[in-house]
Amino acid sequence: MRASSKFAMGAVLITVSVGYLMASGIKDTGVYFVTPAELAEKVQADASFRDVGVRMGARVVTGSIERDVASQTITFEVTDGMKTYPVVYRGLAPDTFTDDADVVVEGRLMADGTFRATTLLAKCGSRYEAEPTA
Amino acid sequence: MPNADHATKQSLRLEPVTILGQLALWLALLVAVWGSVVGIVGGVQGRAELIQSARRTAYALLGIISVASACLVVALLRHDFNVQYVWSYTSRNLPTPYVISAFYGGQSGSLLFWALILAIFAAAAQWLTPRRYDYLMPYVAAVTSMVTLFFVAVVLFASNPFERLPFTPPDGNGLNPQLQNPGMVIHPPMLYLGYVSITVPFAFAVAALITRRLDTGWLHAIRRWTIVSWVFLSIGITLGMWWAYVELGWGGYWAWDPVENASFLPWLTMTAFLHSVMIQEKRGMLKRWNMILIVMSFMLAIFGTFITRSGIISSVHSFAQSSVGYFFLVFLVVSAVALIWLLWTRFPYLKAESQLESMVSREASFLFNNLLLVGMSFSVLWGTMFPILSELVRGTQVTVGPPFFNQVNIPIGLALLALTGIGPLIAWRKASPSNLKRQFASPVVSALIVGAALYVLGLRDFYAGVAFTLGAFVVVTVGQEFVRGVGARHRLHGENYALAFARLVGRNRRRYGGYIVHLGVVVYFVGFAGAAFKKEMEASLKPGESVTMRSAFGYEYTFTHIGVSQYEQLNRFVSAASVDVSRGDERLGIMTSEKRQYWDSFQQPTFQPATEAAIRSDIREDIYIVFAGSVDGTEEAVYRFTLNPLVWWIWYGGVVLVIGAVVTMWPGGGPTRASLRRAMVGYQVKLVDETVTADAG
Repeated sequence: MRASSKFAMGAVLITVSVGYLMASGIKDTGVYFVTPAELAEKVQADASFRDVGVRMGARVVTGSIERDVASQTITFEVTDGMKTYPVVYRGLAPDTFTDDADVVVEGRLMADGTFRATTLLAKCGSRYEAEPTA
Repeated sequence: MPNADHATKQSLRLEPVTILGQLALWLALLVAVWGSVVGIVGGVQGRAELIQSARRTAYALLGIISVASACLVVALLRHDFNVQYVWSYTSRNLPTPYVISAFYGGQSGSLLFWALILAIFAAAAQWLTPRRYDYLMPYVAAVTSMVTLFFVAVVLFASNPFERLPFTPPDGNGLNPQLQNPGMVIHPPMLYLGYVSITVPFAFAVAALITRRLDTGWLHAIRRWTIVSWVFLSIGITLGMWWAYVELGWGGYWAWDPVENASFLPWLTMTAFLHSVMIQEKRGMLKRWNMILIVMSFMLAIFGTFITRSGIISSVHSFAQSSVGYFFLVFLVVSAVALIWLLWTRFPYLKAESQLESMVSREASFLFNNLLLVGMSFSVLWGTMFPILSELVRGTQVTVGPPFFNQVNIPIGLALLALTGIGPLIAWRKASPSNLKRQFASPVVSALIVGAALYVLGLRDFYAGVAFTLGAFVVVTVGQEFVRGVGARHRLHGENYALAFARLVGRNRRRYGGYIVHLGVVVYFVGFAGAAFKKEMEASLKPGESVTMRSAFGYEYTFTHIGVSQYEQLNRFVSAASVDVSRGDERLGIMTSEKRQYWDSFQQPTFQPATEAAIRSDIREDIYIVFAGSVDGTEEAVYRFTLNPLVWWIWYGGVVLVIGAVVTMWPGGGPTRASLRRAMVGYQVKLVDETVTADAG
């Protein structure tokens, strides 16, 4: 067999393995990213959606953050303006987690309507850029 | 001390600075248009005066954009808070180095900074390129002018740092505490230098395409430029990891965040380009592929800047959303169309001069290296864009996180590590069995011994084990090369070993510098593999209470909480929690992690509190302590303790890599005819040498 066709086989092999790694990676780790309103809509349409872990992007309701440092539990509410969910998170919150911060919580919606988060990412609008006030 | 009463008057007095800056930007815009047009027209019509003029625009742009930049820096240093940008990112109590770094700390300033660096590189390319490449230079000037034009236009029309407020606030907003870090002062410039300098090799590639002079000439002209931009990208990425590690307080250095990925993508394609260029230089193969790689690298660098600025993908790093994103999108689409057309029409001129002769050859190993690198960048790009792609296809965003990137990239990375050892040692064209045996017997045996030893010592993590084993393989291959080279000089020229080593490296800089870079890569991999053994624990401790943790190396660490103290410092209020740390019976000392609340000159808090992790680093493992807060204002503190094995190696891998790259590029300045001839003769000798060895076997 000519070297170039052997190489082509090698190339196909690499492409297929990379493709396989990517496809399985997405299947195993892909998570829905929803807003509170979308989550509510999906759960209403299909109650089993609760059991699917999701990432939810929303804004922290000002004044809703309660920290219990001893048990390292944080409860707060997030909203997208249409739908508000109470969130329970156990662990250390990032510095950027404050009132009105944009957050991404990952976890699932419990039957009682609270969102139990396993990870909490916060992004502050003024991280690099000042809020366009003034 | 300037105060609020004088602020209005002061801003009137300073008005000329921003007017001058604004004028300079408009002038830059016109000059860049001129350079773009004249470069192409002059080149096509061969009119010397136009060509001359186009080349001079590169210097003119450098002068003009320097003036605009200086104006912004002056406004920053004078605390002219009537300028919105100055108000947004600085305050009166901000230490001066950070005031200056605010130049690129915010969006509009950073875009101006992009233009400034581009102007520097464009002028340097005109200045340093030897005369024999004059036929490319008008087009190079045109391309760099067009890219400059784009950035100046964005600064002028979408994100202007000279914009003024209708009133003058007495003090500014201050710089985000997380950016108040020495690493953050140098990390963005390094990354920009990397991103921006890709423009130079890209401009040469486009020039070669336009002129249809597609021999290896343009490749020789950009040799050093390619390494320069690759090194800056590497430094920028590594400093970014270091900053994230030291400043963000989550105990890691890489989170596969879209912005991190954006810097990684052009690095991957540039790495592929660095390697595949060698095949074109020696064997006349892969011409099309190289063109595509350099064009892709440039597009990915612009794309990276686009991602960080458009807010199209939610990222913890991103700048606020603005119309800047549309400018970038238009620029990306327009350049993509132009480049595809250019490539398409020039494809027939890019025929390979020779063919792959054997799978067991250096060409083949480089080809696989390229495929893997491009496969990796494709997967990273795919993962980064997946939220958008899935929303387009399925109507719901699906995000993939670090597990996806790790799952895909760890196996590819390890395959690349293996090729790092194989590639440089395998013969060109076709390796003979004896060549293979001579080159690979001891590395393979050593690697197997290392792998077995690690297993016996209790290492059970598969990927980490493979990484260490392959690392040993690469180190031995490189060591063998040095030992053989030094030995040969010692025998042939009777030089002592030190001199033989110096001459060996000095006379084959590209080759041995490349080996040193490869060693640096191994050191990085050792550091990355360490992440498999990370240990983490959270605890709430009263003064005097302690916790113990066992590290992957089997050390028993004891952390005893001492207390929380509070004090004022510079422009911040600090709560510091201290821990007494021992390893086994040995007391290591006190480590203090801080929560800092920054304030403005009126003692009003600004931004959220920032965490300052306490880090104790050594060659084995880092102790990383984060003070998360005290319980109800008492001295009981909540901590996160992290034991991070081998992180130290990542930073020193960076050092080795830079040393290697400097060796390859030495001496500075442009390549001389003599050094090129020497290098070419050197390669021919080596080629002959290897052919002889291959034939003999």
